[in-house]
Amino acid sequence: MTLQPVPATDPRPTLAVWKFASCDGCQLTLLDCEDELLGLTERVRIDHFLEMTPAEGADGGRARLEGRGPYDLSLVEGSITTAEDAERIRHVRRVSRYLVTIGACATAGGIQALRNFADVDDFLAAVYARPEYISTLATSTPISAHVPVDFELRGCPIDRGQLLEVVTAHLAGRKPRIPGHSVCFECKRRGTTCVTVAHGTPCLGPVTHAGCGALCPAYGRGCYGCFGPSDKPDLRSMVAQLRRDGMSERDIQRVFRTFNAASPEYAPVPELAAEERRDPPAEGS
Amino acid sequence: MTADADVNAARPPGPDGLVMGKDGLAALVDVLIRRGFTVVGPTARDGAIVLAELTSADELPYGWGVELEAGRYRLRERSDGAAFAHAAGPQSWKSFLHPSRVREWSADRVEGELVLTADRGTPPRYAFLGVRPCDLRAIAVQDRVLTGGAYRDPGYEGRRSGALLIVVECTEPGATCFCASMGTGPAAGPGHDLVMTEVADARGHRFWVRSGSREGAEILAELPTRPADAETRETARAGVTAAADRMGRSMPEADLRELMAGTLDAPRWDDVAGRCLTCGNCTMVCPTCFCTTTEDVTDLTGDHAERWRLWDSCFDLDFSNLHGGPVRASARSRYRQWMTHKLGTWYDQFGSSGCVGCGRCIVWCPVGIDITEEAAALHDWTRPERPDPEPS
Repeated sequence: MTLQPVPATDPRPTLAVWKFASCDGCQLTLLDCEDELLGLTERVRIDHFLEMTPAEGADGGRARLEGRGPYDLSLVEGSITTAEDAERIRHVRRVSRYLVTIGACATAGGIQALRNFADVDDFLAAVYARPEYISTLATSTPISAHVPVDFELRGCPIDRGQLLEVVTAHLAGRKPRIPGHSVCFECKRRGTTCVTVAHGTPCLGPVTHAGCGALCPAYGRGCYGCFGPSDKPDLRSMVAQLRRDGMSERDIQRVFRTFNAASPEYAPVPELAAEERRDPPAEGS
Repeated sequence: MTADADVNAARPPGPDGLVMGKDGLAALVDVLIRRGFTVVGPTARDGAIVLAELTSADELPYGWGVELEAGRYRLRERSDGAAFAHAAGPQSWKSFLHPSRVREWSADRVEGELVLTADRGTPPRYAFLGVRPCDLRAIAVQDRVLTGGAYRDPGYEGRRSGALLIVVECTEPGATCFCASMGTGPAAGPGHDLVMTEVADARGHRFWVRSGSREGAEILAELPTRPADAETRETARAGVTAAADRMGRSMPEADLRELMAGTLDAPRWDDVAGRCLTCGNCTMVCPTCFCTTTEDVTDLTGDHAERWRLWDSCFDLDFSNLHGGPVRASARSRYRQWMTHKLGTWYDQFGSSGCVGCGRCIVWCPVGIDITEEAAALHDWTRPERPDPEPS
């Protein structure tokens, strides 16, 4: 297969997909759109998307492989963990009219932001036989820490329906319908019995951003917060509740230290969990 | 009771009613299905007694009770095999009459013209089996809200007008129940098609049944019953009377509307705001909370759009989001809005309390915030003899 030159008169808006430090799961959600994928390509011209570009490349494809742009809509996956990426995201911003981050890495720094709470050199020494080959920043930061972002889509990975909604809304020139309330809304709307109240299972649903359709509770397990914090979450009350549901101080700290570990909303959790230890809730309260 | 039912219709069994056994309950479900009803009733699933479509009375939660506390719900086995010895579960009948997600209309662009299509399918004819008296009142409250004013909800009206209500009086209140203090139970009020009282004792498992409408009487006539004996009637009545004294909670004996209006600046609102997760669970489980939001969906082509209506909540920041941001940004303002509307301004708006004392908001609040406890604290604050929190 060779890349066909794009006609200059193509009226479709152009789409670019970019990857930074990430696992590729979010951008693959675009390919996972199966039934809608052909319809999508009728509405947008996918101009830069390495995951669906032939490896061998072709003459004339160089610009597309590098992503010279400009693009009407850029979907950005991954966090910034190297000096090179910190430069590259500025290029992406320059060539993008509307920039949407997709997933927990791009929006909150991802699980790799655990390094933010430790010494990255210790990790390098522990993991790599030749740490000197590794060139990395001391932190993993979200895209918004480097360039202005027009919209942030949550999830690890993102939800296929929400991705299509963001793209469709952009094409229609309207606000995407991505609610910021808790996962509890989604449980109740689909009729799932609350796993915390009925089973005593610890669940982050009350402080977690909706979007997954309350997938985990529907299968009897607690939400582990892969969509990150909801609008104005009450972490103090949540931490107290997790303790009542049997979680230790260490467990509480760790359950917030996953895909959205570096979310600013979660910053008070270690202190709140320690407060709980010093001042445990009264029985039955 | 269906909208066109005649409350004063002749009731062949007479005021003493009839008695039937478990076989009568089985026959009831069969008769309802044969008459074309979609039968919805309680069944044990996922560690709770949920409401679901029933195909047989065998699916009823025989031998299951519940243990309720603030923020806690557990199934408990019962030795008496009773089917309805449980208090309110995680859902209410609004899940069927006022569903969480409804498509209202769709629009298509056909050759440059906009074609609108309203979603007005024929709703199923529901028979609700096992409506508790508090929930019967809740349905009446939603009737007033959704069909009682100038703006009637035709979708609700369609689902509601065909619904048959079979009430089972309450003999097993939970620790979070307070219908007695709200005047909504445990005995059944008006508006049902059939009302039953379950008795499961050494003399057998039986149901004292009375009809409340012509259709209820017709259905009852098809069931294997016998005239109600005095002993069953008295045992049933005594069970309901005793239930009123076994409520785990009660509202303070005060004019709740005045209490809400007079305590808007009480420090207690800050206290509850410190516990409230603003997760919205209380509003979602409340059988009278009716608020919805509208979502417009477009597809990739831009030639097809749909308008959906979803349950929303006053705890959602987006719910009060106007130009410049949400009107009720703090947890304090959102909890206060919910409680003062439910217990106070609901009277001004709809002529009754919005609370029926079912206790769901207490049980299904993950952190166990208790509306009766909050009301009592506000009531204490209004009393002149209240202790000075900072004695000098």
